[in-house]
Amino acid sequence: MNPRRVRAVVLRQFYLMRGSFSRILPVFVWIAVDMVLWGYLTRYLNAVAGARYNFVPALLGAVLLWDFLTRCVHGVTTTFLEDVWSRNFLNVFSSPLSVSEYVLGLVCSSVLTSTIGLCAMLVLASSLFGLSFAQFGLRLVPFVLVLFLFGIALGIFGCALVMRYGPAAEWFVWPIPPLVSPFAGVFYPVAVLPSWMRGISIVLPPSYVFESMRTILAGRSVSWSVLGASTLLALLYVLAAGWVFRYVHHRARETGLIARYSAENAG
Amino acid sequence: MRGHRGQLNGKGLAAPGVNGPGMSSMNADETSKAGALVVSGLCKRYGDRLAVDDVSFEVHPNEIVGLLGPNGAGKTTIINMVLGVLTPTRGRILIEGHDLISHRVSALERTNFAAVYAPLPGNLTVAQNLRVFGMLYDVPDLGARIDEVMRSYDLLGFRDTRCGVLSSGEQTRVCLAKATLNAPHLLLLDEPTASLDPATGREIRQKIREFAAQGTGGVLWTSHNMYEVEEVCDRVMFLSHGRILLEGDPRSLPREYNKATLEDLFVAVAREPLSLASQGEDGQL
Repeated sequence: MNPRRVRAVVLRQFYLMRGSFSRILPVFVWIAVDMVLWGYLTRYLNAVAGARYNFVPALLGAVLLWDFLTRCVHGVTTTFLEDVWSRNFLNVFSSPLSVSEYVLGLVCSSVLTSTIGLCAMLVLASSLFGLSFAQFGLRLVPFVLVLFLFGIALGIFGCALVMRYGPAAEWFVWPIPPLVSPFAGVFYPVAVLPSWMRGISIVLPPSYVFESMRTILAGRSVSWSVLGASTLLALLYVLAAGWVFRYVHHRARETGLIARYSAENAG
Repeated sequence: MRGHRGQLNGKGLAAPGVNGPGMSSMNADETSKAGALVVSGLCKRYGDRLAVDDVSFEVHPNEIVGLLGPNGAGKTTIINMVLGVLTPTRGRILIEGHDLISHRVSALERTNFAAVYAPLPGNLTVAQNLRVFGMLYDVPDLGARIDEVMRSYDLLGFRDTRCGVLSSGEQTRVCLAKATLNAPHLLLLDEPTASLDPATGREIRQKIREFAAQGTGGVLWTSHNMYEVEEVCDRVMFLSHGRILLEGDPRSLPREYNKATLEDLFVAVAREPLSLASQGEDGQL
């Protein structure tokens, strides 16, 4: 592992973002739209429900954390897609850059963009709607960690899909977070789901985060062991996604797909 | 390396400088002395189609070797295998003695390439592209090296220009600057002068000749421009249907096969490879 090569992947993304209004804007615009939309919705719900329940941390907090996961997914995939869009695979993969260094570079790029996004969301949500995560205490650390790891795993898996199925498979990547969200119980308890959906929720680490969040807001305590187990589960997803990417890359070298990527299918 | 006698290959007759089966047992030091690139028994099969069929050859330091052949002969497939982006079905590739499969990183650190179909990202400036690729190739003292290659390829005026807005000739110069950034011991050039005007093409050929003469690098060059091949290459190999059919000095090879020019020989390889093969065998026998 050569850290300089990892830095090269991050530096490329930094150069692209620094010089491009159209790349910087989405980092802030969509999250700002989400914060404003859900912020006013929660304010309205609070007015309707009276003082019985505070929707701000339950709904706006959930939206913020889910947006953070989405930023993590997109942070990885957009860095990868930059190589797809600029037809740069041949240059990149014929260099001494290893697959692990490349993937780590994607992850580091995502850390930077998702952290910027998280900070912007926190500023907006707290200043406009008084959202505070103080009541979650230190448990917020595993919450963020689980969502970050699972977002990275989904991002790497999305990259593998695009590498396998060609540039047009980019459209598989964008809907991944919305596809997962109904099973993760972002806005409602997993208990309301039918049993087959609950079966899927059990293996999704974010579902433990959002369940724990609602438990704390209801005044009950959350076991650290549950959060630890979900962190481990998320880590397993990262390793599995890394394995899938490595396998797809290996197959792409065998079939010649990297060299003929625009053909979308080596067969 | 000039003055090679044309040799038939791919029919059981090994050409000079081409290793036989014993080559694979050479240790790293021996192969390093032997060649910038040693390819032995290379095969690539796509389903039922054999794109590259038992190809063996060598590129020595300071040598420019032309890999010629009609479209679909297997040139780019060989280049892609040497670049590590295509896994051979069989065979071995050693770059300065470093096995591309088992020591991928150290082998690729010694290699670089430029191809007309692989421009650098157009949304980065020339300096940004060179910095990113310099880091990928772990080039020491990168800032000074970038200035050096920019000066060498007359790119200083384009330092902060995005590559996408450069002309074809300027983009080719940027690709060559990237390709020589790590002072590679093996430089692969896949039709680097295609689509260039004659003046720019001549400049590029001069740069490549200087590269091969000054350093310790060998060059593997593919082109469809026989005039430039004759001007630049020390040795050429003609590929047909994935096999090396002929090999020799581009200036004397046409005469050996009763052709007036290298282009005539190229056309003959493309249209009647079997008759050339038998002609070559007769010459050998």
